[in-house]
Amino acid sequence: MPAVVDRTLIAVWAALLVATAVSVGVHEGLGPGPTTVLVVVAVAFVKIWLVGRYFMELRHAPAVLRRLFDAYVVVVPVVLAVVLLA
Amino acid sequence: MSAAPPAEREAPVSRTPGETGIWIFVLGDMVVFAVCFVVLAVTYAHDRAAYAADQQALHLGLGIVNTVVLVTTSLTMALAVRAARLARPRTAVRLVVATMAGAVVFAAVKVVEYTDLVVAGHTARSDDFFLYYFCFTGLHLLHVVIGLAVLGGVLRIVRRPVLGRADLSLVESGASYWHMVDLLWLVLFGLLYTLG
Repeated sequence: MPAVVDRTLIAVWAALLVATAVSVGVHEGLGPGPTTVLVVVAVAFVKIWLVGRYFMELRHAPAVLRRLFDAYVVVVPVVLAVVLLA
Repeated sequence: MSAAPPAEREAPVSRTPGETGIWIFVLGDMVVFAVCFVVLAVTYAHDRAAYAADQQALHLGLGIVNTVVLVTTSLTMALAVRAARLARPRTAVRLVVATMAGAVVFAAVKVVEYTDLVVAGHTARSDDFFLYYFCFTGLHLLHVVIGLAVLGGVLRIVRRPVLGRADLSLVESGASYWHMVDLLWLVLFGLLYTLG
């Protein structure tokens, strides 16, 4: 019988926690500034991508759904970075 | 309604997780929150010093706690879907209950945060940062509360010993909604707690 606990899902969960630690670490270590802004925004959307692809199972989803999600994960952080660093 | 054997339900090649309708709702909600994210970015760009100063009033530790809690509930929910597919109702029930418990912890921590802020004199009327902080985290908290009801519905389904495809689709839809609640928080946390 296959196990309920899945190594990939656990790895994604761990990666999400590490990513949170990275952005908090950069925020605390570097303080305000363009580097912190870019790291915080990039890390947040990498996390979203991980949640979508693995937890929401978009890696098995039809291409249209995957592309809409991928577009969101690229377009929104770019817009945010442009506004934040303007 | 006959349930497919576990092996057949595992690792689908290409299929929509849950109902198509839930994905229209999830993507629509993500766009609404994208507008909220941009509003926060504009507020930051308008006065970085004020944004950073206001951010100092937030309790970063509680924000981190809630992030860990939500990310963990997203894991337990993903595992609950697996348990349901593998026809393991007792495990699925435990995992959904754990997810709901996490949702309650998240909401309780948020109430503590709101109380602390208001006691310290920071309200939605203080300035733009706090207006948006209360509005957007409040909107998100509403999603958490709705999520609790959704998870309650999922719990009723996964309790059954045998699940059909339609049942599993509803479980996946509930899970997709909950993962959306998680991912929206991840961006709100980054922008509100760690930007300045």
